[in-house]
Amino acid sequence: MPQTPLHAEHARLGASFTDFGGWDMPVRYSSDLAEHEAVRTNAGVFDISHMAEIFVQGQGSAVFLDYSLVGQASLIENGKAKYSLICNADGGIIDDLIVYRLADESFLVIANAGNRDAVVAALKSRAIELGFFGVEDKSDDYALLAIQGPNATKILQGITDTDLTKLPYYSIGTGIVSGVEAYLCRTGYTGEDGFEVLFSARDAIKVFNALIEAGAIPCGLASRDTLRLEAGMPLYGHELNLEVNPYEAGFGKVVRLDRDDFIGRSALLDLSARTPTRKLVGLVGEGKRAARADYLLFADSESTVQIGIITSGALSPTLGYPVAMGYLETELSDIGNTVSVDIRGTRLLMTIVKLPFYKRSK
Amino acid sequence: MSNPTNRSYTAEHEWVLVEGDVATIGITAYAAEKLGDVVFVDLPKVGTSTTYMKICGEIESTKSVGELYAPLDGEVVEINDVVVSAPETVNTDPFGAGWLIKVKFTALPELMTAEEYAALTGEG
Repeated sequence: MPQTPLHAEHARLGASFTDFGGWDMPVRYSSDLAEHEAVRTNAGVFDISHMAEIFVQGQGSAVFLDYSLVGQASLIENGKAKYSLICNADGGIIDDLIVYRLADESFLVIANAGNRDAVVAALKSRAIELGFFGVEDKSDDYALLAIQGPNATKILQGITDTDLTKLPYYSIGTGIVSGVEAYLCRTGYTGEDGFEVLFSARDAIKVFNALIEAGAIPCGLASRDTLRLEAGMPLYGHELNLEVNPYEAGFGKVVRLDRDDFIGRSALLDLSARTPTRKLVGLVGEGKRAARADYLLFADSESTVQIGIITSGALSPTLGYPVAMGYLETELSDIGNTVSVDIRGTRLLMTIVKLPFYKRSK
Repeated sequence: MSNPTNRSYTAEHEWVLVEGDVATIGITAYAAEKLGDVVFVDLPKVGTSTTYMKICGEIESTKSVGELYAPLDGEVVEINDVVVSAPETVNTDPFGAGWLIKVKFTALPELMTAEEYAALTGEG
């Protein structure tokens, strides 16, 4: 199983490991809850070097990305980032991505580890259609660390000369972090302020340890999952997959239909004109029992007709009650409606709420 | 954490401490560690009868759900209210304050020794 350049460091710090997207990744170092809380109240560092870094560079890059993704990369300003999706011709989601514009004809696309091959293959075949040759998968060359939490700025500022106050949300810059050349991105997947720092895999241990020394708490993927769930952020393979279209997932706004041809356009145009049959919703419950992925949803405690399915769920560490995301028949998906979830044979009521479950105070 | 030698173990990662005709049952440190932070414990009511290797409770962590298998036939005579109100006790003291239930047993099946269990989990 592939490992990040920090695998031995994680082991040294006492991490337990899990298979994530085909990678042997740290699931926790000590306690999921303590790591979750560290990010909400202090700052955590996550090794996310398993994620894919695909550079799109050279003449025609913006035109190529406009054709390949459902969002419009050419509208991103230099130094800014945008959440986007790559769909197939049917409008099914191949992956969700962050697209960073480094310069007029230079982009960095970050994809999920488990979808690296699918995204690279889709981009390369679309590139061939356009006669564009600037797609380069550089995932193996880079380490990627996320520093997240209210103290993330203070901690990262301690080991970089780049003025982080000049790096607003969803932007990217370059600088030196702990003596290492890096891209600094103000993005994340936790619902907190923070950064993602991309640099040569060779320097992974140096930068990781500098961040820990500066006060960041090493955090595993278990806490990353509960943090993103509280923040209402989707995880590919749970909320998103090839059978889900952007309108069902609540990402209709990410799709820019008001432009020329792009992959998936005709299917998405059709889908946008109809009310989706199912919708991604947020659900909250009472007590301590979590509704988890793949549990079935019913209209009420007596009903045996399935109306939906949970895609992610946990007892929210921050809120103290169960939260979940799932797909529900659209006509039953109004905010405030209640549904019944089958928790291993026991039915519990959950109420549909607006996402996210947790929003940081600014 | 090493497995105390004064008790028996199951392949489902429970420990069983026999005193007279009552067995105290909990999950091992290995199981607690694999589960992660325990946040909810669902235990059988006092008076419930238990059947060897049938599920009699659940232990939920933030990440997953673990099932509690009855290691012997009998009747539940006490449950640990401490772990019900403070589930994290299962993580902090799995072999002590984090015990789960006490069962008055009718038959004592053959279970594993600490050494055999350690071999099973690769700690041996």
